[in-house]
Amino acid sequence: MPNRLTISELSGRLARRDVSARQTMQACLDQIQKVDGKVHAFLSLDAADALAQADAADRIFGSGGGSPQRPLLGVPLAIKDVLCVRGHPLNCGSKILGKYISPYDATVIQKLRAAGAIIFGRLNMDEFAMGSSTENSAFGPSRNPWDTARIPGGSSGGSAAAVAADECIASLGSDTGGSIRQPAAFCGVVGLKPTYGRVSRYGLVAFASSLDQIGPLTRSVRDAALLLEAISGVDPCDSTSVPQPVPRYSEGLTGDIRGLRIGLAKEYMIGGVDSAVKAAVDAAVKQLEKLGVEIVEVSLPHTEYAVATYYIIATAEASANLARFDGVRYGQRVDGNDPIEMYGRTRGAGFGAEVKRRIILGTYVLSSGYYDAYYLRAQKVRTLIRQDFLKAFEKVDAIVTPTTPTAAFKIGEKSDDPLQMYLSDIYTISCNLAGICGISIPCGFTSSGPGALPIGLQLLGKPFGEETIFKIAHAYEQSTEWHLRKP
Amino acid sequence: MPAAEIDIKYVAHLARIHLSPEEQEKMGAQIGSILQYIDKLNQADVQGVEPTAHAFPLVNVVRMDQSRPSLPTEEALRNAPAQANGLFMVPKIVE
Repeated sequence: MPNRLTISELSGRLARRDVSARQTMQACLDQIQKVDGKVHAFLSLDAADALAQADAADRIFGSGGGSPQRPLLGVPLAIKDVLCVRGHPLNCGSKILGKYISPYDATVIQKLRAAGAIIFGRLNMDEFAMGSSTENSAFGPSRNPWDTARIPGGSSGGSAAAVAADECIASLGSDTGGSIRQPAAFCGVVGLKPTYGRVSRYGLVAFASSLDQIGPLTRSVRDAALLLEAISGVDPCDSTSVPQPVPRYSEGLTGDIRGLRIGLAKEYMIGGVDSAVKAAVDAAVKQLEKLGVEIVEVSLPHTEYAVATYYIIATAEASANLARFDGVRYGQRVDGNDPIEMYGRTRGAGFGAEVKRRIILGTYVLSSGYYDAYYLRAQKVRTLIRQDFLKAFEKVDAIVTPTTPTAAFKIGEKSDDPLQMYLSDIYTISCNLAGICGISIPCGFTSSGPGALPIGLQLLGKPFGEETIFKIAHAYEQSTEWHLRKP
Repeated sequence: MPAAEIDIKYVAHLARIHLSPEEQEKMGAQIGSILQYIDKLNQADVQGVEPTAHAFPLVNVVRMDQSRPSLPTEEALRNAPAQANGLFMVPKIVE
């Protein structure tokens, strides 16, 4: 069953011709056929196109072309519906884009193609990446492969569910406040939010431009490192991508983390954490100590302001970014007697409730008379939150936290209470505000019996400190068996 | 910050989003409670703190001012709801 393999396992078998790219792609398609009626990770996919890419990969293997230049040759990767893939639909989980077809490839897609990957499928998400459950998708929620009565997390819920359910080998998501790490935790997979500027955002539909990053969801830390190597780097099409050399992340996974210092933020372990999550994270911290790291208490005193700061900055940026969906250049249009009426009707009919709520909140915090009180103040608190981290990182190499306060919640449990939904992002949001990197890895289950749900451990790293958090995450992963369990 | 005072109808108009009366009522209450929560930022001491717009501000990111290939017109228009003569069509703007 090649669809169940990690990238590194699959690449080895493909290179030895134990399995073909076509067999692998077909196995993914068969698995989708079998389980996606329940999981609903995919919004659409083009099987013929995917198999044609697999055949092309097999031809390259046949002529001896599998090489270090194509480390992902023949590996089927599925893509969140927020990234442009030329000739494929792009909806961002929204009705407003109608029958939109992307006219170009996002930079990350170009890079993955150059590395030989098979790019297929459109993965479900909360509309415009606004949400923590995929319940805000205009096309209906995805479901958690571990318990289909529960959400897979969000906004990259389809990306996490597809990897957990063996429907693809790995996937790409995007993370503005936890949208990769939280679903990775809920679905028992690995999810990385890179440092701001590490990965080009060209071809990523913008939600909050100063917070958004694209990142991988995978079955192992090594796979996340391999994908980050492939998609990172400065890009002339994204002026916020940072001209910092791209390390060979996968080569730094030595398993030896003796002497590293890991911070435990005292503000993160108080109140609201589910007891099973706390027990799993405590045990993971002990395991890290066993592996030779030193645990140091650190303080992030402005943590309590993170959610409020985030919901001002993210909504303000979203209100500007989503102004482009006005029924003029693309997507659906509802006619009016003049352009203003057309815009209002188009957006009123095309956007879902959460997107409207956030655009209106963002418009309000930027509006005349409120800008200083809300937006400017939030930007100043953002400085304080960032300084908290930079100060903590003077003492430690990484910070360990739960990824989420609870395991996956039930469909409908929080969908009527936006504020409760926002508060479930408490551990992931600061990372985006500070622009640092973070990874979620499996660290346990809520129980030992049937119905057990995965729990995620988050490691936060310094700006451009992905090498270190990969190394720690890998050493932990290899000393445990959580990542080997399947739903 | 006068959280309760948000005039949903006016702000929705600024945002160019048409809301039904039911949506206005529901959203007004929800945004009101979110703003109440956000008010906790007033407790933070931001005296003398510089605002952060970007975690890693890069300045003077420029490229050569040279023309280069871009999306062909027909590609750019392909997703348009209404088009003619190589242009996007919109409702009449001036009388």
